[in-house]
Amino acid sequence: MSDVALHQALGMTDNEFERVCEILERPPLNSELAMYSVMWSEHCSYKSSRAHLGRFPTEAPWVVVGPGENAGVVDLGDGWLAALRIESHNHPSFVEPYQGAATGVGGILRDVFTMGARPIALLNQIRFGPLSNAHNRYLFSGVVSGIAGYGNAVGVPTVGGEIAFEDCYAGNPLVNVMCVGLMRRDQLVLGTAGSPGAVAVLLGASTGRDGIGGASVLASASFDEESGAKRPSVQVGDPFEEKKLIEACLELYENKLVVGVQDLGAAGLSCAASEPAARAGTGMDLNLDAVHVRERGMSAPELLMSESQERMMAFVEPDKVEDVLAVAAKWEIDASVVGEVQPGNTLRVFHDGHKVAELPASSLTDDAPMYRRPFGEPYWIEDLWTNTITYLNPPNVEHALLKVLASPSVADPSWAYEQFDHQLFLNTVVGPGSDAALLRIKGTDKALAMTSDGHGRYCYLDPRRGSARLVYEAALNVAMVGARALAVVDNMNFGNPEKPDVMWQFTQSIEGISEACEALGVPVVGGNVSFYNETDEQDIYPTPVIGLLGLADPAPDRPPTVGGAEDGMELWMFGPRHSRNLAGSAFEKTIKGHVGGRIDSPDSTIAQAAIDLVIAMVEYELSPALHDVSDGGVAVAVAEMCIQSGVGATVEFTDWIGLFAENPHRFIAAIPPARAGYIEELASHHMVPISKLGRFGGEHLSFVTDGPGSARLLLSDARAAWKGAIPNRMA
Amino acid sequence: MTTAVVVFPGTNCEHDVVYALRAIGEEAELVWHRDTDLSGFDGVVLPGGFAHGDYLRTGAIARFSPVMTEVVRMAEAGRPVLGICNGFQILCEAGLLPGVLLQNRDLKFICRPVHVRVEHTNSILTRAAQEGQVLEIPLNSYEGNFTATDVAHDALEAEAQVILRYCSPAGVVDTAANPNGSVANIAGIMNPGGNIAAVMPHPERAIEDVLGSSDGKIMFESFAASLEDANV
Repeated sequence: MSDVALHQALGMTDNEFERVCEILERPPLNSELAMYSVMWSEHCSYKSSRAHLGRFPTEAPWVVVGPGENAGVVDLGDGWLAALRIESHNHPSFVEPYQGAATGVGGILRDVFTMGARPIALLNQIRFGPLSNAHNRYLFSGVVSGIAGYGNAVGVPTVGGEIAFEDCYAGNPLVNVMCVGLMRRDQLVLGTAGSPGAVAVLLGASTGRDGIGGASVLASASFDEESGAKRPSVQVGDPFEEKKLIEACLELYENKLVVGVQDLGAAGLSCAASEPAARAGTGMDLNLDAVHVRERGMSAPELLMSESQERMMAFVEPDKVEDVLAVAAKWEIDASVVGEVQPGNTLRVFHDGHKVAELPASSLTDDAPMYRRPFGEPYWIEDLWTNTITYLNPPNVEHALLKVLASPSVADPSWAYEQFDHQLFLNTVVGPGSDAALLRIKGTDKALAMTSDGHGRYCYLDPRRGSARLVYEAALNVAMVGARALAVVDNMNFGNPEKPDVMWQFTQSIEGISEACEALGVPVVGGNVSFYNETDEQDIYPTPVIGLLGLADPAPDRPPTVGGAEDGMELWMFGPRHSRNLAGSAFEKTIKGHVGGRIDSPDSTIAQAAIDLVIAMVEYELSPALHDVSDGGVAVAVAEMCIQSGVGATVEFTDWIGLFAENPHRFIAAIPPARAGYIEELASHHMVPISKLGRFGGEHLSFVTDGPGSARLLLSDARAAWKGAIPNRMA
Repeated sequence: MTTAVVVFPGTNCEHDVVYALRAIGEEAELVWHRDTDLSGFDGVVLPGGFAHGDYLRTGAIARFSPVMTEVVRMAEAGRPVLGICNGFQILCEAGLLPGVLLQNRDLKFICRPVHVRVEHTNSILTRAAQEGQVLEIPLNSYEGNFTATDVAHDALEAEAQVILRYCSPAGVVDTAANPNGSVANIAGIMNPGGNIAAVMPHPERAIEDVLGSSDGKIMFESFAASLEDANV
């Protein structure tokens, strides 16, 4: 194989290869080429997105570590810090759903415990093609099993997330995972190599030939019919090894035995040697002969590119090495001294007694190419916005509501969540299936709220408005359990960035997220970009996913739940009146098979007011049941509250379209009649419009409108549709 | 009175069990699976998790961990020995209790609250409860399907060693209330002496109303009472 063929086989362009030759002032050795190919991959270098990511607001007084480290870190007060990160494992999960999802969980955990925090919660955001297709069911079932198989065994509860189905994900499912960790301030560790003389100790699993080139060959390329042949690039996870690694690392931090830590994820040893050295401004000697391996005869490029899971690199002062090895031995994990931090900035790699690489450590990270790819408003966007349906006659609203409740993106997700341990550590006050999860911090009055939101249809119809609305919805969701938003992490799932349409969607989405974060004063502390989500040139909907962490301090004694409504309580809607716009709605998608029009714009003033109001309502315990209005509009929000509360409701409405409209910043509350007056006063003080829609009670869901389109159905039928939708399709 | 909470590599409920014991005023300490001396302890809990990764077969490797010699000694001496979830599997593998835990009937992990009915109150797990009492306790397992040969099962029933069965909220024991296919809805058993007991759902996850249920407290209170009086 010629050199030209080799760099192409490793996913590098000719220009990138020439750039390497310029840096080295000579053609690269094979090991060097291997390192550049993985470190300069889209997945590791963000070469198509870096130019735009600077737009995000990243600063706030409580931000301890912003973007650029393994995870973001925020201050919770009283010496507590939280670490958070979100990642995608889209392509591996399509090629091998169980292991793809499992190793996604493993990777995000390492990002968080690398910072010194104990991972306390996972949230998964997973998207597939329609469940009518057997392959999509296989992928859904495999991904859920992979999350359960890894997350439950490693012992970190999965407390929330979202599940959605859309045609565009059939050839390219999305598997994102967010992790939150907790630590005391003095346990914070950074991904630095320290100073010259420090020793690099490789901890955990042995290195094998699995996942070679996962970052470059798999994660940074598009799919076609040959994708199955990429299965050897998928890594295999071992939650047992990871569990031991977590406990060992936390003990190392507690005993102050390390100066820095870097996990081995994408790009394996290439990354773990170069990034910490680049951050510390040092060089490094790496001895591949010392690496503990699971098979003989691995070449230097294979060792450098392997993405074998459950490995960590610790940087240790020489007099602490014995102690570090003793902790590793106690937890029954392997440990090898594989390198030494050097003055200067040269990374040298040795194998079989030969020097196989010598390059500037920072050239792998700082000199990675940065592309300003062309972007422009797509020619089809105006047509999409005007592609609306005019409704002359109302549909059968009963039938429509049952059908929307039974659509898998709206229906009860318990089929998946009951397979995830969501209770471990005894922190979970509010678990999966609510607007946000709430985890107490034992021994304090504080609690952490977390949620995640994505919406492909909204962001396809208007990436800027859609993305901003995700941030507002997430912030309102954590407010529902009494928490104020502290930080956002985003997972940008997009199509092929070499297409100007896709880059336009990407830049618009960044703009929308940034505007909303600025309006709410919430920083973005980290994120991930996943491009090339296309199969056979068909791009997915632009699908940014917002992960949001909030703090409730003090935590509410009795947080409201979706299912807390009781017979006789009044049913109020908070926020703007319903719009007459069904663009992007679950109704139009499910009943009409239509995705068109332009979604309503968010309003930052009303968004903030609604958040302040709901936090006050939770603090004063004014409502035992709250639910935000999202997919399916007021009709679904009320139905879900009734189903989970076990009580019916009667709702009065002016017009059936308003029942299914999904305009933002709204929520429904169940209010005991005696408190209604006080709540009206409070809402007026916050300048949030409110309207009394009806009352909880009885065994029916009744929607009474002024015009045609009234509906009355048995709660038990609604429950059967909503609860049965996913299990029936998966049976 | 101090309880040893055994940590195998892969165990993950150890901190929760310590928290639950301390919440009712008991002393509890973590013990590593390589420890070979439990002489300072009055009772033992084998908590839930995935000891040794559940590789080979749940509990199959854990029974050979060095600490198990001491666990057997304490069991034989009549001290309280409690297994929860993975601890149940380990006690069966170690031969301290009969039967085996197979994969759930639906081949899916189950994490949700279930109801169990107290069948007998002569064990370290149920002595503070009432016969027929229904408790709501979270289940969290993939291999929770208790199975025994007909002979072994008949013996368990004949000797009144079945202490907990899955039931409806009203206490009805039937197939509909059986989450995992367990024989005769068995959720918990004991040895003939009552000092060794095991339960598949997690009582430590049901000790505070803020987390959904405090019905598990009575099981830890039973265990604590048994520490004072080893011969139940």
